[in-house]
Amino acid sequence: MEIVYVYVKKRSEFGRPCYFSDRPAELHADLLPDAALAATFLARDPCDVGAQCAPDVSEHEVNTERFESESRGINHVEGGWPKDVNPQEMEQTIRFRKKVEKDENYMNTIMQLGTLMEHSIKQNNAIDIYQEYFEEEDEEDEEEVTDAKEQPAAKTINVFRDPNEVKRTASSLSWHPDGNHKLAVAYSCLEFQRAPKDMSFDSYIWDIENPNRPELTLKPVSPLVSLEYNPKDSHILLGGSYNGQIAYWDTRKGGQPVEMSAIEHSHRDPVYKVIWLQSKTGTDAFSTSTDGQVLWWDIRKMSEPTERLVLDLSRKENLENALTAVSLEFEPTMPTKFMVGTEQGLVVSCNRKAKTPAEKIVCTYSGHHGPIYALQRNPFFPKYFLTVADWTARIWSEDIKESSIMWTKYHMAYLMDGCWSPVRPSVFFTVKMDGTLDAWDFLFKRNDPTLSVKVCDEALCSLRVQDNGRLLACGSQLGTATLLEISPGLCTMQRNEKTLATAMAEREAKREKILEARQREMRLKERSRSEQSKEDESRELDGEVTTEDLVARAEKDFFQIVEAELKKMEKDKEDEKVGWKMCCKLLDQNHTLNLTVVSLAELRSTSLFWHHLVGQVSMVTLDLNELRWSH
Amino acid sequence: MAEVEETLKRIQSQKGVQGIIIINAEGIPIKSTLDNSSTVQYAGLLHQLVMKTRSTVRDLDPQNDLTFLRVRSKKNEIMIAPDKDYFLIVIQNPSD
Repeated sequence: MEIVYVYVKKRSEFGRPCYFSDRPAELHADLLPDAALAATFLARDPCDVGAQCAPDVSEHEVNTERFESESRGINHVEGGWPKDVNPQEMEQTIRFRKKVEKDENYMNTIMQLGTLMEHSIKQNNAIDIYQEYFEEEDEEDEEEVTDAKEQPAAKTINVFRDPNEVKRTASSLSWHPDGNHKLAVAYSCLEFQRAPKDMSFDSYIWDIENPNRPELTLKPVSPLVSLEYNPKDSHILLGGSYNGQIAYWDTRKGGQPVEMSAIEHSHRDPVYKVIWLQSKTGTDAFSTSTDGQVLWWDIRKMSEPTERLVLDLSRKENLENALTAVSLEFEPTMPTKFMVGTEQGLVVSCNRKAKTPAEKIVCTYSGHHGPIYALQRNPFFPKYFLTVADWTARIWSEDIKESSIMWTKYHMAYLMDGCWSPVRPSVFFTVKMDGTLDAWDFLFKRNDPTLSVKVCDEALCSLRVQDNGRLLACGSQLGTATLLEISPGLCTMQRNEKTLATAMAEREAKREKILEARQREMRLKERSRSEQSKEDESRELDGEVTTEDLVARAEKDFFQIVEAELKKMEKDKEDEKVGWKMCCKLLDQNHTLNLTVVSLAELRSTSLFWHHLVGQVSMVTLDLNELRWSH
Repeated sequence: MAEVEETLKRIQSQKGVQGIIIINAEGIPIKSTLDNSSTVQYAGLLHQLVMKTRSTVRDLDPQNDLTFLRVRSKKNEIMIAPDKDYFLIVIQNPSD
């Protein structure tokens, strides 16, 4: 039913000014209720309507401005002396004191206070009121309690912001090797050619207690992409810069680099990772970049690298074919081996001591889809290493080259960095582009991170755990380095953790090996089958068989297989019925069942649950080829 | 005069007592068994502390007043007995 009102105006009247006037309302359409329509509706009784009498509230967040504080000292001068006494003059002060001591009031007061004081002193001497009873029990209790109840949590302790106007990404972090009170952060703009003109090149060393001002500013020639403290000498830092040069600083000598590598012999692309090596002199390091080379340096002689390796898988030292590297891995306990993570998603394992460059590259591990941003061996089990790339983090075993043994699910955001916890073998941390930090414990839960904390709104680009496992620093795209403290649950080693972690890793490794073996078998079969079919085909081709015949044969084969299956199923059903009857008999007799009955029936069951029946029949479920029996 | 000396000597001879300081209401040390610089430091700081504590106690309940103040720290315990005009301060190393 349409209600239409036609408004008519003469064409000659268009454009005339409007004269508004008031008139009473006119009834244009009156819709009367139609009783017939009521039949199509159901009366709803009772009607459940929620009502609340509460004031309207809204949520607001307020954050105060950053409070800059500065430490200053105060000089105390002795005061309080009466006007006529000069505190510097010994005589006057002594005279004053003697006068006071002669005062009656003084004597009485001191007598009183003296008795009071003696009482307290004797109290102290009698018993120690703060003595802890049952200290060991308390600790045990606490441990159990924390295991059961404490939620893993991470607390932000401090935030170090880039003091410059133009914000750069905190691309790399390094903790001070002793004491861990300092954090070196390298700032650079990693987006190609997007670095604004007035971007500062400086990188900073922060003291974690003072987030207002960096302790030392490092002034390189080009922004630093990676920065590492020398684990042997805590004053030396090595930095890899955006233009491909390597430089080293001595914090005792100030902010200028002590020496820089010669441009001709350095990398051609930003140096994404530098690592110090284990050597007697403590001055060896190696670096890698996306130009496909891995260079070894001795910092005493930076004019040219001591060794060079081109990451060319065809082993021909061809720079054009080389894989571009983004991360490096070196474990001091295995000084001859090292690993390189590439932009192509491959991890290349190399041997340093190989005689010829061709033998340097030992093997590769593939499985990632994107550049491998982080690569680290497990500090407890060096055979297993963690790679963080694209949307997943994967754990690999050195022996299995086809695939990783454990992996996380595919996340929504890109994973940018990750590292193992130095105190717990099964815990590792990752950071993502949406600003969240995840802590994973693969013994506790494999599908999801044990803890996921949103640190900031922008992408987190780097992560480093301090050696005691308790503090973590992560750097973001706008140059903010956040210091987080993780709850003790994630940094104290649980009982049997090492054995459990080894067992889990070995189990996964075995699974992968079995899968590998299976795959190989299948491939062999395929090959032999294809060879056979080729032979068959060739034979038939001799006999001039057409495609129609082939189709007919295929159909025949198919129907044969189907019929065979059907027959099998019927046979099983009968067997099962027989078996079931036997089972029922046994059930009645002694309420328990043995698995031997099952074998009689030859059931192709995937899972059988037999419960110990006590008096009444509980859930007995059998899952067998779509036949479900349950009481 | 002698009783005062005797009292102080008795206190000093107790186990663990490291030093005694008597200061007046303005914070001037009258008598002390410690060296001058420590005395001045203790006097200045503890005087302020006692004033603050006393005013706190009286703010909470005007009928109340501070009778004794003990500050126990990791290394020792500082006990302060305040009065209207004078404070007696004893630094002791507790029994453990």
